[in-house]
Amino acid sequence: MTSTRFRKRRLAAAACVAVAVTAVAACSSGGSSGGGNSASSGNNSSTGTVTVAVVSNPLITGQMIPLTQSVFEKENPGITVKFATYTEGDLRAAIEKDVSTHSNSFNAIMIGPYEAPLFAKNGWLDDLSKNYIASDPSYDASDLLSPVAKSLSYNGDLYAVPFYGESSMLYYNKSMLAAAGITMPEHPTWTEVAAAAAKLNQPGKVAGICLRGLAGWGDNMASLDTVINTYGGEWYDSSWKAQLTSPADEQAVNFYVNLLKNDGESGASNDSFNQLLTLYGQGKCAMWYDSTVAATSLATTYPSVYSQTGYAFAPVDKTTSSGWLWSWSLGIPQGVSNQSAAWKFVSWATSKQYDTLVAQKYGWSAVPPGSRTSLYNNPNYQKAAGAFAGITLQSINGTDPDHPTLNPVPYVGIQYVDIPQFETLGLQVGQQIAGAIAGTESVTQALQNSQGYASVYTPSELSGGN
Amino acid sequence: MTATEAPVTAPRRGRRIREVSGLAGWTVLGWVVGIAFFIPVLWMVITAFKPESAAETWPPKFTFSPTLSEFRLVFSGMGPYIEHSAIATIGSTVVVLVLGLPAAYALSIRPVRKWRDTLFFFISTKMLPIVAAIGPLYVIALKTHLLDSIWLLIILYAAMNLPLAVWMLRSFMLEVPGEMLEAARLDGAGRVREITEVIMPVVLPGLVSTALICVIFAWNELFLALNLTVTNAATMPMFLISSVPQEGLYIAHLSAAATVASVPVIIVGWIAQRSLVRGLAMGAIK
Amino acid sequence: MAVLEDVTSPAAAGLRPRRASQRERWQRRLPLLPALIYTIVVTQVPFLVTLWYSFQNYFWNQPGGATWAGVANYKEVFTDPNFRAALVRSVTMTAIAVIVAMFLGVLLALLLDRKFLGRGVVRTLLITPFLIMPAAAALIWSGPMLDPNFGLLNWLLEPFGVHHVAWLTTHAYGSVIVVMVWEWTPFMTLIVLAGLQGQAQDILEAAKVDGASAWATFRELTLPHLRPYIELGILLGSIYLVNVFDQVRLMTNGGPGTSTTTLPFYLYQQLDYAFNVGGTAAAGVVTVILTIIIASFALRMFARVFQFEEAK
Repeated sequence: MTSTRFRKRRLAAAACVAVAVTAVAACSSGGSSGGGNSASSGNNSSTGTVTVAVVSNPLITGQMIPLTQSVFEKENPGITVKFATYTEGDLRAAIEKDVSTHSNSFNAIMIGPYEAPLFAKNGWLDDLSKNYIASDPSYDASDLLSPVAKSLSYNGDLYAVPFYGESSMLYYNKSMLAAAGITMPEHPTWTEVAAAAAKLNQPGKVAGICLRGLAGWGDNMASLDTVINTYGGEWYDSSWKAQLTSPADEQAVNFYVNLLKNDGESGASNDSFNQLLTLYGQGKCAMWYDSTVAATSLATTYPSVYSQTGYAFAPVDKTTSSGWLWSWSLGIPQGVSNQSAAWKFVSWATSKQYDTLVAQKYGWSAVPPGSRTSLYNNPNYQKAAGAFAGITLQSINGTDPDHPTLNPVPYVGIQYVDIPQFETLGLQVGQQIAGAIAGTESVTQALQNSQGYASVYTPSELSGGN
Repeated sequence: MTATEAPVTAPRRGRRIREVSGLAGWTVLGWVVGIAFFIPVLWMVITAFKPESAAETWPPKFTFSPTLSEFRLVFSGMGPYIEHSAIATIGSTVVVLVLGLPAAYALSIRPVRKWRDTLFFFISTKMLPIVAAIGPLYVIALKTHLLDSIWLLIILYAAMNLPLAVWMLRSFMLEVPGEMLEAARLDGAGRVREITEVIMPVVLPGLVSTALICVIFAWNELFLALNLTVTNAATMPMFLISSVPQEGLYIAHLSAAATVASVPVIIVGWIAQRSLVRGLAMGAIK
Repeated sequence: MAVLEDVTSPAAAGLRPRRASQRERWQRRLPLLPALIYTIVVTQVPFLVTLWYSFQNYFWNQPGGATWAGVANYKEVFTDPNFRAALVRSVTMTAIAVIVAMFLGVLLALLLDRKFLGRGVVRTLLITPFLIMPAAAALIWSGPMLDPNFGLLNWLLEPFGVHHVAWLTTHAYGSVIVVMVWEWTPFMTLIVLAGLQGQAQDILEAAKVDGASAWATFRELTLPHLRPYIELGILLGSIYLVNVFDQVRLMTNGGPGTSTTTLPFYLYQQLDYAFNVGGTAAAGVVTVILTIIIASFALRMFARVFQFEEAK
C-alpha cells in the first residue's frame, strides 16, 4: 500500500522536531520549578493569590468555601483564595503531579496521613511546626487531637494540619433492634454483630448490616482493613513478606464477604459511603459500619433516622480497638510562592475560631469534627452533637496507627500502608475483593491474586519508603 | 400528513384505513423508541429539581415539591467554568475551521499528490491513547508556561478535532459538481471567485455540521482539562465532576449541574440537527 | 446526490510541462500546509516526548526525576498479562458496542425515514444521548438509573418480575456496553439516515410497482446503497469508542475484579495510581503501533469508503 511513503513522511516529521524534543527532554529530567500562578513575587509575601486543592466534600464545598469568601477574604483584603475541587482519586493525582514536578500550581494542598509523612520525607512539604506554628502560639497546636497530629507529623514536626478527622464506628437503628429484641453493647465483637445482622436481615426490604464494597483503598479496603487488623491479620510481616493469604487474613476476608453476602445490601460491590448513607438514611439498613463523620451527614440530611440512631465502637475480635484513623488536612508545598498568605489561610481554616464561625452560620452539630479537643470541651457542641460527639472523640483517641495490628509490622497506618506503592496496590486488592463480594471470583482466588500484587515489590523497595 | 377527502369506494377506503393504521403504528413505535432513549435524560432533569434527601428513593418519586436550591447552587458556582468552556470551545472551533477548510480544499478540489497519506496521517494522530500522553503533555505544558492556560485548551482541542473536520469538509467539497468548477474556470474566474461563488454555497451546510460536531466534542471534553488546568482555565466538565464528593450526598446536585452543563450543547444540537443530517449525508462517503 | 469520482483527474497527471507542474504542485500544497504543520507540531511533539519517556524510569510519587531505563518498560508491557487482558477487553467491548450501535442505528434510521406524526421531535429525542456530557451520562446511569436499591430501571422492570438487580455487579460488562451503545447510537443513526435520505426515490418506487416485498427491496437496493455509510460509521465509531474510558471509571472503576478494565482505564490506573509515567508511555507507544497495523489492514478492506483505489 502506501506504507513506505507514509513511513517516510513520519521520519521526516520526526527529524524536523528532534531538536525541539531534545530541548524539552533536557529540561524535563531536572524537575526544576516552572511557571506558577502567583500574583506577587517572593516566598514570604503575605498577599496574593492562594490556590488550594481540596477534595469534594460537603464540609468543604458547603462550608469552607462560602466562609472563605464571606469572612476570610474580607478580613484579609490582600489575599484571594481560589479553590480547585476534585474527587478523591483526581485530587491525589493532581497533587502528586504538582509536588513531584514542582509546578507550583497549588499554594496549599489537602492531604491525609497517608501522604503527609511520605511527602515530608521527600522534602515536598513545608515544615509547619518550625516555620509557622513556633512563632504563632495562638494557633494552639497542642489542642489538636494527638493521634491525628501524630499521623500528620514526620520526625516530630507537623507537616499538615487537620481540617477534620474521623475514625470508624457502628451505627444502628434503635427501633429496628428493639423490635428484634437485640441490645447492642457499646464495645461489640464482630461475632455479636454478625449474629445481630442475621436476625435483623429482611431480604429485599432491610439489610441486616450495610458495609462498603466498592473497589478502592479508601472505600472497601478501609472497612476491610480494620476487620483484618482485629482478626490478627496484616498486609506485610516484619520482613516485608506479603501476608494476604495467611490464615488470619483469609478468615477476616471470608467473614467480611460472607457477612455481606448473607446479611448485607445487594449490589454491595458498588457501594461506598455515599450510597450507604442514602440506604441507611432511608431505613434500608438496620446497622451500618462506616466513618464517624456520617453522623454529621445524618443529622443534616436524614433527621428522622438520625434521631433513632444508636452508636457503638468499631467491632473487634482479637484487639481492643479497631477503628480507622483519617483526617483531611492542609499542607503547603515546599518552595511555593505566597507561603505566608497560604499559611494565613491554612491556619484560619483549621483554627478554633473557624469552628465558631461554622457554628454561627450552620449550627454546632455541623462543625467539622475530629480535629481539636477544644471542640469537644465546648458545652454548645456537647449539647448539639452530644449523641455522637463522645464516641467520636474516644474512637479517634483510641487509635494508634503506629501499632495497627496484633503482630508487629514494619509499616504505619490502620486502613492503609504508608508506602508509595500502596496507592496502586490498595486499588488492585480492592478490585479483587470487590470481585469476591460480587461473586465473580472466590475469596481464595481473590486473595491469591492480591498476594501476587503485593509480592511484586522487593523488601528494599517497600522499606525504602520508610 | 393530510388525509384527502376521496370518494368513498370500497377499495380506496380499505387502502386509506391501512394507510392510517400504518401511520398510527409508525407513530406509536417512533414515540415509544424516542421516549425510551430519552428517559435517562428526562430522569436526570427531574432529579435536578429534588432536594438531596429525596433524590434517591424507593420507589422512585415522580411527584414531589420541586425546589430550585440545587440549581441556585449550580448557577452561583459555575460562572468562571462556563466562561472558560465557551472560550475554549469557540476558539478551538474557529481554529479548526480556519485550518481545515483550506486543507480540505487541498485534498479534494485541487488535490495534492499524496492525499491518501495525508488523510491517513490525520486519522493516525487519534491512535495514541490520550492517557499515555498526558504525562508528557503535562511536562511540555509546564515548560512552555501553558499550564492552566485557556490557550493550551484551545490549541489541544483544535488538534483533537482537526482530523475529523478535515475528513468531513473534504467530503462536502467533493460534492461540488465538477461541471460548475469547469464552468467557472472557463469563465475566467480566479481562485477567490471560485471559492465564494461555487464552493461555499454547496459546502455551507456541511460546514455548519462540522462546526457543530467540533463544538460537541470540545464542550464535553473532560480528561485534558482535568489534567492540564487548575483554576484559571477550568471548564464545565470539571465543575460537573467536582460535584461528586467522597463523603456526602450528591445526586440532586449532580443532576442539576449536568442539566445546566448540557443545555447549551443540546440547544445548539436541536436547532442544527436538520443541517446535521444533511451535512453528514452529503458526503462523508465519497 | 452527486458522486464525484476519484479526484486525480487525468488532466492534472501528465499533460503539463514539468516546470509548471512543480509550481502547480506547490500551489496545491499551500492550502494544506497550515493544517498539516499545526497537526504535526501539536501531536507529534507530544508523541516524541512520550516516546522519550517510554525509555525512562519516571514515577511521580518518587523524588528525583527521570532516569534512563532502556527497554525495561517495554519488557514490562509485553510480559504484563494485565495489559494483554485489558487490550483484548477493549477490542471486544468496542467491537460489540460498535456493532450493536450500528445495528440499532440502521433500525432507527429506517424508522425515522418513514413519515409519521412528530417525526422531528422524535429525531430530536433520539440524538440527545449524543449531546449529553459523557461524564454526566455515566454518573446518571450508575446512580439514578442502575442502582440496585433506588434505580429507575429496576422500578420500570418490576412488573416483569425483575427484583432489585445489581446491574453494575452481576452484569457490569453488559451495563457498560449498554451505556456506550446508548451514547453512540444517535451518531450511527444520523449517518445511516443521511444515506437513506439520499436514496433515489424513483428506483424504490419502481421496485414497489414491480411487486417487490419490503424486505427484498431493503436487501437488494437499500442495503448496498447504505454500505459505505455503515462502514464509515463503524470506522469513526471504533476510533472514538476504543478511547473512551469515562464510563468505566465512573460506573465500575474497572470492576468487579478486573472484568471491565479496558485499555484506556488500565493506562489510567498506571498513571494516576501507580504514577508510572514511563510505563504508561511505553504502553501507549505499543498501542499506537498495534493500532496502525490493524488500521492499515482495515482500511485496505474498506477501500471503497475512502476511495483509496484508483479511479476506474
